[in-house]
Amino acid sequence: MNSLVIMPVLLPFLIGTILIFFAKKHQIQRVISGITMSALLIISVVLAVVVYQEGIQVSELGSWEAPFGIIFVADMFATMMVVLSGIVGFSCLFFAYKTITPVREKYYFYPFYFFLLTGVNGAFLTGDLFNLFVFFEVMLLASYILIVHGNSAYQLRESFKYVAINIFASIFFIVGVAYIYAATGTLNFAHLAERIAEMEQTGVLNVIAILLLLVFAMKGALFPLYFWLPRSYYGPPAAIAALFGGLLTKVGIYAIIRTFTLIFNHDPTFTHNIILALAGFTMLFGVLGAVSQFDFKRILSYHIISQVGYMVMGLGLFTPLAIAGAIYYIAHHIIVKAALFLFAGAAQKVTGETDLKKMGGLLKTHPWMAWLFFISAISLAGIPPLSGFFSKFPLILSGFEEGRYVIVTVALIVGLLTLFSMMKIFMYAFWGEQKHTEEQAKIPVRSVLLPIAPLVALTIILGFGAEPIFSYSMEIAEELLEPSVYIQSVLKE
Amino acid sequence: MEILMSVTVGVLFMVGVYMILTKSILRVVMGLMLMSHGAHLLLLVMSGLKEGGPPLLGEDLTYYSDPLPQALILTAIVISFGVTSFILVLAYRTYKVHKTDDLDKLRGTADE
Repeated sequence: MNSLVIMPVLLPFLIGTILIFFAKKHQIQRVISGITMSALLIISVVLAVVVYQEGIQVSELGSWEAPFGIIFVADMFATMMVVLSGIVGFSCLFFAYKTITPVREKYYFYPFYFFLLTGVNGAFLTGDLFNLFVFFEVMLLASYILIVHGNSAYQLRESFKYVAINIFASIFFIVGVAYIYAATGTLNFAHLAERIAEMEQTGVLNVIAILLLLVFAMKGALFPLYFWLPRSYYGPPAAIAALFGGLLTKVGIYAIIRTFTLIFNHDPTFTHNIILALAGFTMLFGVLGAVSQFDFKRILSYHIISQVGYMVMGLGLFTPLAIAGAIYYIAHHIIVKAALFLFAGAAQKVTGETDLKKMGGLLKTHPWMAWLFFISAISLAGIPPLSGFFSKFPLILSGFEEGRYVIVTVALIVGLLTLFSMMKIFMYAFWGEQKHTEEQAKIPVRSVLLPIAPLVALTIILGFGAEPIFSYSMEIAEELLEPSVYIQSVLKE
Repeated sequence: MEILMSVTVGVLFMVGVYMILTKSILRVVMGLMLMSHGAHLLLLVMSGLKEGGPPLLGEDLTYYSDPLPQALILTAIVISFGVTSFILVLAYRTYKVHKTDDLDKLRGTADE
């Protein structure tokens, strides 16, 4: 049994439980959670390196062999996601130290923060469908609490809708699990992949595939199931919104990519064309929503939707280059989106507003914040030397190679509109007349910017060091398109 | 037996969907509860209902029950129990703060 694989799941869970006992002592909570988060980041990097050098690592709990026991599988895709969740978790936690109110700290903010990370990491590392459901629920329960944390009237109203839609999706997840168990008699990913390859993916199995796609699309905010996202992500404070915006929807996307490269990969003309169509609509409607908004956080929320579309587009094209692009895009997006949400929080700390029409002139009083935001914003829009460009480029290129001109056109238009709405934020909030008072202008932001700076540095590194990182995502893509490696390392035949 | 249970699942889903489409918060919660019961039952039915064999694969047994769905359904029930109690509290708090349980009035205004 390889215990390193389950550490990213076990550690936050254990520490989260311990933190409950220190709920009223916020200094102790901060120290413990800071140390844990750093340890978690280090462990996940170590795990990623081990997996990169020695191949897929499998941990069988209680030494019950797959497909009978509960297993955790760390392949390159999963470990990359775990590292990203570590990075974003790290930044958001240190940002939360500076911005979260003491009342929130007292009411179990940190324990649920770590329970959320437990669920997210578990969902990345698990090796069977039912445990994926369980970790989804762990993650969602923690997210229900964090999203309503603070109890404002707005949060209560929107959280109810968020919780209801997610319970609805979970019900269909169970239905999907039930059907797939009836059809194949197993729930282990590797075993499922093997059985479905034998059975030929037609009829019933395609129905199940689409049912699961629907469930994950609801969690990942794909068209037409994205309507819950912008309003519910508006409510919570920036540290939580950044963690959600960066990570949560990507868990849904991870599940889609995992199931449609490993299990349901035998009928791509049917399933993957549906995915491609969904991707196009998701991008278009998301960005149109963003263009119509005039609020810092809402624009960012709508951009989550439009960019989830790019990732799914990579899967829909289903070539090594496109999937590598999608993976690069996930990495880029998690980092940049979290950074942008944190900037929204920083700007809100100064001006007390997120409405763009009531903001202005931040460039004059807080130049560092303005320029760091500018870098992340143009990175999101895909301006060349930064990571956004190198993640969109392979997607568009393989779209041309496959002759899918419609989706390429949509992707390019969406890129242009992204640039437009990012510039809108920059022009309204940072340029123009100063609309905040002189007292507000003196509010120091250095301590708030410090946790965001590593994220901005990462987007620059991802851009300028694109060569090694892209070849890493290329290797991940090849691993994903060659499921026999995964199946063999799990079932050991 | 399987047919009867399948019909029951269908009825649970039907009632659940009807309740979710109503305007009252509590009814929506009830609808979600009924639907999750339906899903749990479906999980059990889908693996096939057996008549009283032990869940062990012995040498002299001709038939046995599959223990896995029962383990799955137990986990799923516990999860839905936790989630249901949470959403009930949330629904109550929403009602207290907004002084209404009509989802039409909880829509939110367009300009906020």
